Amino acid sequence: MSEKIPCAINVNSKEKTLEAAFVGDWVINAEIPAVQTIYSQLDGGSNIEQLIFSTADLGRWDSLLMTELIRLINHSAKHKIKVDTSTLPAGIQGLLNLVYAVPVAADTRRKTVQNHWLAMLGHFAMRFYADTQAQIVFIGQLALSIYASLRGKTHFRQLDFWLYIRDCGPAALPIITLISVLIGLILAFVGAVQLTLFGAEIYIADMVGLGMSRDMGGLMAAIIMTGRTSATFAAELGSMQVNSEIDALKTMGFEPMTFLVLPRMLALVLMLPMLCLYADFMGMAGGALVTVNFFDISFVQYLDRTAAAVHIKDIAMGVIKCSVYGFLIALSGCLRGMQCGRSASAVGDATTSAVVTGILFIVIADALMTMICNRLGI
Amino acid sequence: MTQPCLTIKNLSLAYGDALIQRDLNFTINRGDIFIIMGGSGCGKSTLLMHLIGLMQPATGEVFYGEENLWQAEPDARKGILRGIGVLFQSSALLSAMTLFENVALPLTEYTRLDAERIRDIVAYKLALVGLAGFEDYYPSELSGGMQKRAGLSRAMALDPEILFFDEPSAGLDPVTAKLMDDLIRNLRDHLGATIVMVTHDLDSILAIGDNSIFLDSETKTIIARGSPKQLLAESKDPKIIRFLTRDETAARHE
Repeated sequence: MSEKIPCAINVNSKEKTLEAAFVGDWVINAEIPAVQTIYSQLDGGSNIEQLIFSTADLGRWDSLLMTELIRLINHSAKHKIKVDTSTLPAGIQGLLNLVYAVPVAADTRRKTVQNHWLAMLGHFAMRFYADTQAQIVFIGQLALSIYASLRGKTHFRQLDFWLYIRDCGPAALPIITLISVLIGLILAFVGAVQLTLFGAEIYIADMVGLGMSRDMGGLMAAIIMTGRTSATFAAELGSMQVNSEIDALKTMGFEPMTFLVLPRMLALVLMLPMLCLYADFMGMAGGALVTVNFFDISFVQYLDRTAAAVHIKDIAMGVIKCSVYGFLIALSGCLRGMQCGRSASAVGDATTSAVVTGILFIVIADALMTMICNRLGI
Repeated sequence: MTQPCLTIKNLSLAYGDALIQRDLNFTINRGDIFIIMGGSGCGKSTLLMHLIGLMQPATGEVFYGEENLWQAEPDARKGILRGIGVLFQSSALLSAMTLFENVALPLTEYTRLDAERIRDIVAYKLALVGLAGFEDYYPSELSGGMQKRAGLSRAMALDPEILFFDEPSAGLDPVTAKLMDDLIRNLRDHLGATIVMVTHDLDSILAIGDNSIFLDSETKTIIARGSPKQLLAESKDPKIIRFLTRDETAARHE
């Protein structure tokens, strides 16, 4: 490539005609010359009636020249100055023809969004209403598909179901183990600080045992599975939506609700209570680790105390709560996935929304159920 | 102008052990509309991936002018690739960005133009493909044909010397496909760009192709080259006749 020649516009006016002579290399990474003079000469008030171009000394050119030309032409049109493009090279004329062939589409500009707080509140309320409605419809469809599959009218692939079971169960064990043991450790340490004041270290076992079995075990398992599995469901179903896979299934006569949603929901609802049980025991093990190592209590004493404090009804309560969470997070994952739009960012939105909805559901359900149990004296 | 701008020497394409094409040799001349054709699965798109720097060839070389794409230093390779524009089959617009942001992206990243100039260039590029005024739209709000054209305008953002198209008319109706062909030819004529097109759309092959190669999956090599019109008129190879005339029975006249 040869040395770049600086670009410029030379202006010559003859009577009522203005000649814009482009010289040098008009390419994108060139220094853009000061071109104010020509625009001011084309402004109203001057006696110029026609604009012509000269490209005798034009070197290389690209979009930079084109945008400058378009600016000049539009500027002239605004000031009712005739433009003669016939002296331009054929290539440039061709491009200009292409540019002006299709008129600028009207009404394509975005209108600015109303930002009044009342309007936003209204939009939020309407979205909330529509969202709630969608959730109820989704649960209804799910119930219908469960009914249909119980009557043997539709079914899903066994293999898929077992894959989901593995995904929602054994595959999640390492992370559940880690988190539960740590939660047990933390509970034990936090409790011990207070309990040693009374010389009541032995009650660490009560606290960890009851805390894990009644609430924390299930809660932790559910939150982990929201981030792990519910998000996966939303992303999977969302990508299938993007690729039209769900449409394809529909046209082949498969009900997506039965074929895709039901096995996923079933797997998570079945596996989460088991994970909850596992988390309970891991948490207690974590508590034992602290108590036995840092306080003057033996492992047998700890076990004995735990057995005395934790009744089967506490464990059952945790597990029952966890089945509810299981249903809720499976619902949020599948619902958001099925609602997903058809772009890459929509899949991301669906996943985020699945996790947020899932955690929200869990916390609300937990609060409600804890209150009810409290009133009933369980 | 018959200066070669892209030279392919002994290029072999393979996925792992599966050989797709072996020892391809051809040159693409500046200003040509060059067609890579062949049946499904013969490696057309794979060849394209090698030409645009997405896949490293098993053996062989790709020369842009004098520069060897796959032997070049990473920075030099980026420089070469900046001189090309690619329109992918699915248009591959970034869905989280508006058309304006899509087209402006390479301009803001690779040039030091001011915001107003970038806005003008984007408006110009969109106008070239007949999408003037659609800056604020998201790709998902456009029809397939419009997405293709928007993809083309992004491919042209940096005024590339070579434009690559992967199935530009796939999924478009015949009228829109024809418009796309006209647009491609117009751009070649007026911008002087070289165009490399992978396609099996017969209409566009015959309408706008200046030069071509025909890949075959059985012999794993180029079985014909030259102007598509000439191939249609003169070729004796039943595979090519079958392809270019859509005549299933051609093989039997052998």
